[in-house]
Amino acid sequence: MRHLGVLARIQLSEEEVERLTGQLDAIVDNIAKVSEVATPDIVATSHPIPLQNVFRADEVGDMLTLEQALQNAPDAADGRFRVTAILGEEQ
Amino acid sequence: MSDLTRLTAADLADKLSSGEVSSVEATQAHLDRIAAVDGDIHAFLHVSDHALEVAADIDRRRAAGERLGPIAGVPLAIKDVLVTTDMPSTSGSRILEGYLSPFDATVVARSRAAGLVPLGKTNMDEFAMGSSTEHSAYGPTHNPWDLDRIPGGSGGGSAAAVAAFEAPLALGSDTGGSIRQPAHVTGTVGLKPTYGAVSRYGAIALASSLDQVGPVTRTVLDAGLLHDVIGGHDPHDSTSLVDAWPSFAEAARDGARGDVLKGLKVGVIAELPDSGFQSGVSASFRSALAAMEAQGAEIVEISAPHFEYGVAAYYLILPAEASSNLAKFDSVRFGMRVTPHASATVEDVMAATRDAGFGDEVKRRIILGTYALSAGYYDAYYGSAQKVRTLIQRDFDAAFAKVDVIATPSAPTTAFRLGEKIDDPLQMYLNDVTTIPANLAGVPGISIPSGLAEEDGLPVGIQFLAPAREDARLYRVGAALEALLVDSWGGPLLDRAPVRGANGGAR
Amino acid sequence: MAKAKLMDFDKALELFEPVLGFEVHVELNTKTKMFSSAANPAHSDNHGAAPNTLVAPVDLGLPGSLPVVNETAVRSSISLGLALGCSIAPSSRFARKNYFYPDLGKNYQISQYDEPIAFEGSVEIELFDGTLVTVPIERAHMEEDAGKLTHVGGATGRIQGAEYSLVDYNRAGVPLVEIVTKPIYDTEHRAPEIAKAYVAAIRDIVIALGISEARLERGNLRCDANVSLRPRAADGQPKAPLGTRTETKNVNSMRSVERAVRYEIQRQAAILADGGSITQETRHWHEDSGTTSPGRPKSDADDYRYFPEPDLLPVAPSIELIEELRAALPEPPAERRRRLKADWGFTDLEFQDVVNGGLLAEVEATVAAGAAPAAARKWWTGELTRVANSEGREPAELVEPTAVAELQKLVDSGTLTDKLARQVLEGMIAGEGTPQEIVDARGLAVVSDDGALIAAIDDALVAQPDVLAKIRDGKVQAAGAVIGAVMKAMKGQADAARVRELVLERAAAL
Ligand SMILES: [Mg+2]
Ligand SMILES: [Zn+2]
Repeated sequence: MRHLGVLARIQLSEEEVERLTGQLDAIVDNIAKVSEVATPDIVATSHPIPLQNVFRADEVGDMLTLEQALQNAPDAADGRFRVTAILGEEQ
Repeated sequence: MSDLTRLTAADLADKLSSGEVSSVEATQAHLDRIAAVDGDIHAFLHVSDHALEVAADIDRRRAAGERLGPIAGVPLAIKDVLVTTDMPSTSGSRILEGYLSPFDATVVARSRAAGLVPLGKTNMDEFAMGSSTEHSAYGPTHNPWDLDRIPGGSGGGSAAAVAAFEAPLALGSDTGGSIRQPAHVTGTVGLKPTYGAVSRYGAIALASSLDQVGPVTRTVLDAGLLHDVIGGHDPHDSTSLVDAWPSFAEAARDGARGDVLKGLKVGVIAELPDSGFQSGVSASFRSALAAMEAQGAEIVEISAPHFEYGVAAYYLILPAEASSNLAKFDSVRFGMRVTPHASATVEDVMAATRDAGFGDEVKRRIILGTYALSAGYYDAYYGSAQKVRTLIQRDFDAAFAKVDVIATPSAPTTAFRLGEKIDDPLQMYLNDVTTIPANLAGVPGISIPSGLAEEDGLPVGIQFLAPAREDARLYRVGAALEALLVDSWGGPLLDRAPVRGANGGAR
Repeated sequence: MAKAKLMDFDKALELFEPVLGFEVHVELNTKTKMFSSAANPAHSDNHGAAPNTLVAPVDLGLPGSLPVVNETAVRSSISLGLALGCSIAPSSRFARKNYFYPDLGKNYQISQYDEPIAFEGSVEIELFDGTLVTVPIERAHMEEDAGKLTHVGGATGRIQGAEYSLVDYNRAGVPLVEIVTKPIYDTEHRAPEIAKAYVAAIRDIVIALGISEARLERGNLRCDANVSLRPRAADGQPKAPLGTRTETKNVNSMRSVERAVRYEIQRQAAILADGGSITQETRHWHEDSGTTSPGRPKSDADDYRYFPEPDLLPVAPSIELIEELRAALPEPPAERRRRLKADWGFTDLEFQDVVNGGLLAEVEATVAAGAAPAAARKWWTGELTRVANSEGREPAELVEPTAVAELQKLVDSGTLTDKLARQVLEGMIAGEGTPQEIVDARGLAVVSDDGALIAAIDDALVAQPDVLAKIRDGKVQAAGAVIGAVMKAMKGQADAARVRELVLERAAAL
């Protein structure tokens, strides 16, 4: 559960971890039944209506102004979004 | 003037185009109605402060002889999952409190272009996760039929607004039933279009492969009128279909004549046992079928053996996609920011913000989705769930080879009491058993009122499902049954709802 | 930071066999981004844009935004896949790679995972001495770039110790093709050179395709170099399994790629020889010190939770499209070089001169415009390179190849001497017009009128009777003095050989 919290970037409290663990176990037990019928011969459906090759012409549009880009920023400086120090490294 | 709120959108549009009523008058009447009843209902998270200006502009354009769309000047409520440039968009979450989008959702832009007058943003379960609107960060919406009961979810606000005559039209979104189940419990009409029939651009994503925006109204014709405005191809949404759609309003008008029922093959699912449904729900469903049969429809039992896996598949696919879609709420570019202590790194800030900004249900589903996608579990969970979609599509294909539409009760029970299931997520999830298969398979579904449950006097809806791209068929069949039932009731079902608000008596 | 212990390179190669692998990210120069219609900062039109001014909603991950695939980026990716000798997948799809980082607007990167657009290919690379090496390609896939972070405060401007960071999302969503090699064996002591030549080959290919600006220093091309060592097997013994590898990230020049690989071989060899083990990690290259330092270790936090991108649909290029793009492929750079070298008849050294000067295209165009290969080479690697170097410019910026060919034509026809031609070239660089126009304007043509020459010769002979006598006595070398005088009288605009011929004629006739 803690590991999932790290992956999902949610700082779970002790109490939350406990409660979620119980609920999750019950839910997971219940939904695990999908594997009963999902045999290897069945293809997965990722999109309900099959389409392919949906493209956009390489033409400029939809650009935001700097003001629009930053209008909801919790913190900004020098035309950029400002965040506190970063611990981890770029991927 | 308060009479104006009782009109259907179609009737109000007629009065607007004949000049009998102005859009300013119609808009004012609805704003007054909101002021009168929304303290009790809490359908709106935000009421527009410039709706009257928009209405006045429509009136001006009409007076200048401009040719306006068929429902120009009619007020519209917008589910808060849809982003708007002139009103905050929160998706029912604290994490987005006060968020102002620099662009309009396509359906909102099209509504504006058609001359609809946005009244405000409606309440919803946080990020559309829920079946009761109790998971809104801004407090629950109350069912106009009984204020102690849920209005359904996640689009409880839109359904309640329409049911309480605060708006004639509303926009909703349906990921697993969020348009149809609220319609069921509020005695209104809601349609989830074929996946890709209506643009998702500007709909704050819950589960991208399931989400679909659709109309929430009091009549089938009104739903068709709104669907005609918002539907059709949008190059901003890659999953948007390029089909040339027929007019759904025309389909509804056509259906209301009733001929469509003659020889119509209506499938009922053998595997959906009566036992799972509240008796009044089953009874209402059977009497609606009987009414259709009396008009020449043929009721055919069909088998859909994989529908029983739908809920399980849905509660894997939805959290998985949601866990990824909701990752963008990280306090960097927009939304809430919580800095837990002075030396907090950005990682600390993100984690603290997401803990504070998301409600329990959202956290539950993000964690569940993160688990379902994580290495080592993908095949067993997400992969298997996507295979169940294939099986459910096959069930639909086999059924639609035999029948024209499938009918089910829209949900297993009438509106339950606020708080009744909130601590039991699993029970809450099972509420979606009838609506989920349509989202998994991408087919369209409509819920229209079928009557009141005998034991509690609360509304019940009947759901029709049609093959993908056959949305028009749902308008025909829905309008036909609606005409029959309204006739048999001697007036719309909502006429039997308790009258609310100071000027409700003017009815 | 403690300095890492290094083993002598030759010693390291004695004990260990290096195995290489590369991931090269190529930024495409499409007009717009991979999934949004915001202008692409990796296109020449958009250099120097202010932060966060080249963004569309999806680049910021704004609520409600959706990605849509850029068709030109797909075509460029297929072309690149074909140029790498890859098979093009009949159907490929996008996937989400989920991880939180502030440079990632959506906190997932749209990439390709189990179904890349191109797979299984190879690239022929040429080492400095002309040796050919085949590098096997595993896959090439489409994805989007991330934004840029600036770390503020602290001593170094690096991430460690910074007070805060600023994020610019202009680069977020720039179309990338990531090219991944298979393990490259048997490189031996040429491993560093192969690394450099591989990146050069990728650069040549994308330049020939015209799909990227391909400037390493601007990050258009970024190389991650994987290096591992395994102990040498005794003769007849099976090879040891692959050693633990390190991935040195974002090495931004070809020389650095070469140095980084050499450094990692020496560093890892020293650790292994001491009985230590290599940590699987990413490492950073430091240009100034020529060293790498440890970065992020691989951990279970690297659970990217890939799943098919539900907002996008499969890319299923038709056979017709693939064949259309295949037919339009430029000649592979290595093949082109081989062909030109043979056509032009250059020695290895002469040809390397042209290649290393980056003047292949210029010489080719000059030859195509009618100049002899040797003459074309001489102009570009000689005078033009000299002027360019002194002015800090590229030779190709100075003049058009057709103009160089025209200039050479004037030399070939005897209108210009080499010396005069250099003056004309000066005028060409100064923008004074075509070679002929400059000849006319500056009055630089060789005097080819024998009458005028004879008159000047006669004058000179008469003025120097002693010289005339010597020539008549058969002391032909005495003619030099007369030739000098005539050339001076003609202001250098005469063909010295012709003057000499005429001097001997006139001396006999007078
Ligand atoms: Mg890499
Ligand atoms: Zn990459």
